Amino acid sequence: MNGEDLARDKAAVTGVGCTGFSRDSGVSVDALALQASLLAIRDAGLEPSDIDGVLTYGVGDAAAVRDISQALGLESVNWYCDVFGGGSYSCATVAQAAMAIATGLCRHVLVYRALNGRSGRRLGRTALGGGDAGPPRVPGPGQFSVPFGMSGPVQQYGLLARRHMIEFGTTTEHFGQVAVTLRGNAVLNPRAIMRDPITLEDHQASRWIAEPLRLLDCCQETDAGCAIVLSRADAARDRPHPPVYLSSFALGGSGPASQPLDKYPDFTRLFPAHIGPGLFGRAGLSVSDIDVAALYDAFTFLVIAQLEDFGFCGKGEGGPFVAGGGIAREGAIPVGTNGGLLSEGYVHGLNNLLEAVEQLRGNAGERQIEGAETALATGWGANVGSALVLRR
Amino acid sequence: MAYDKPLPVPTREDRPFWEAAREHRFVLPRCRECGHVWFPPYESCQRCLSFEREWFEASERGVVWGYTLMQQPYVPGYRDELPYNVVLVELEEGPMVYSNLVGVPDDEIRPGLAVEAVFEDVTEEFTLIRFRRAEEPSGRDRT
Ligand SMILES: [Zn+2]
Repeated sequence: MNGEDLARDKAAVTGVGCTGFSRDSGVSVDALALQASLLAIRDAGLEPSDIDGVLTYGVGDAAAVRDISQALGLESVNWYCDVFGGGSYSCATVAQAAMAIATGLCRHVLVYRALNGRSGRRLGRTALGGGDAGPPRVPGPGQFSVPFGMSGPVQQYGLLARRHMIEFGTTTEHFGQVAVTLRGNAVLNPRAIMRDPITLEDHQASRWIAEPLRLLDCCQETDAGCAIVLSRADAARDRPHPPVYLSSFALGGSGPASQPLDKYPDFTRLFPAHIGPGLFGRAGLSVSDIDVAALYDAFTFLVIAQLEDFGFCGKGEGGPFVAGGGIAREGAIPVGTNGGLLSEGYVHGLNNLLEAVEQLRGNAGERQIEGAETALATGWGANVGSALVLRR
Repeated sequence: MAYDKPLPVPTREDRPFWEAAREHRFVLPRCRECGHVWFPPYESCQRCLSFEREWFEASERGVVWGYTLMQQPYVPGYRDELPYNVVLVELEEGPMVYSNLVGVPDDEIRPGLAVEAVFEDVTEEFTLIRFRRAEEPSGRDRT
């Protein structure tokens, strides 16, 4: 589906903000959300009262839109939503903001994501009781996986990664190359949680989590908040920073989001294969036009899978592409220039979008990729993902 | 020691599955309208939307589609099992199910391995369906 370009370049990022990234913020999720939001609003040269749309996403661990809107003193908001969803909705939530703008409902929309991902509620651990109360009980679809000791994304992606290894000859060293490359980028990033360089040997020596994924294949559980302000194009041009336009966006995969059982018909064609052609088509670009890629990298394998299924390289060639320097700063497509979720921190993907914006503004400091004019940002969970094409 | 691993919370739409498992029967939902078979046992056909669902006795056979070896105690009660396998089994009838392989060394687990169901009565109330290596090759072309 190509679609009409009704939304192309109608909205632009005018403000970004984030708190420090840590293992223990010492403050509430609401405080993180509010701090990041205020920074983003001021970065856009706006006052809270200019904001007329507010969105966030989360999995029961986020600051509610109602609370943050109230704290900001917003009296009238024309569109708001607490999206229930994880990584797959990071870019989709921003896309929803763009739609609120493209329809004329909103002029300046705030999107934030804050979590105490380490000190508070940790993803991937079953928040279940047990103990004196007897065995923990799992309602819903999880009752067909958790009783078998299957819980959380790391096992899901471990399973996919193993399958990729068997089908295409991908190795754990290829996964390691992703980790090493992104850590090298994080060394240049004062915001990153992990800034000590690592080697492939370090990766291979790190402990298994869910084979074939090791500790250094996994992202950093983080306490932090990130926010952006998206503005109507005609209201974006007289702001402190050059606007970064949303040229296109997409959300999709093999059907609506679900746990990956019978509804996950083809594990070998992941979400980028479904949304990529429409995404680039609506932006009037092709994949080879993208200068930097802020790929959702909760696990190293995800980078390899997305490179292939968006078409940065051929199917099954992602491992050798990475090993050959394809995603390095000077490579064919720099990926995770902030260090990514793997090394900068895990703010459920929104921090990677902030990096894409800074790259296109040209103010990424030591991390700057010279001449970056277009970026791809993505979010991914289970069988679906979302993505944005941005340009300056 | 009392069983301390997670247990299901059956609902109206999937209770027949758990009750059958307790009787050591592996049943799957099938559409009376179009014949589609699906899992987990949602109430409506996942192909044609019909609510005319029937239960039938499955072959109890399939092949391993993928697997991972879990090395960290993320799931309550599984600490003493580490490392343990989690497999995704593609049933002969089509659906995929998560489970564990029993009696197969970790380094012999691979996609395509033919497996068959085994019933494990983990509590008085619940039986989990796990899989072992099939006695004879899976007859995917069997009718
Ligand atoms: Zn049907």
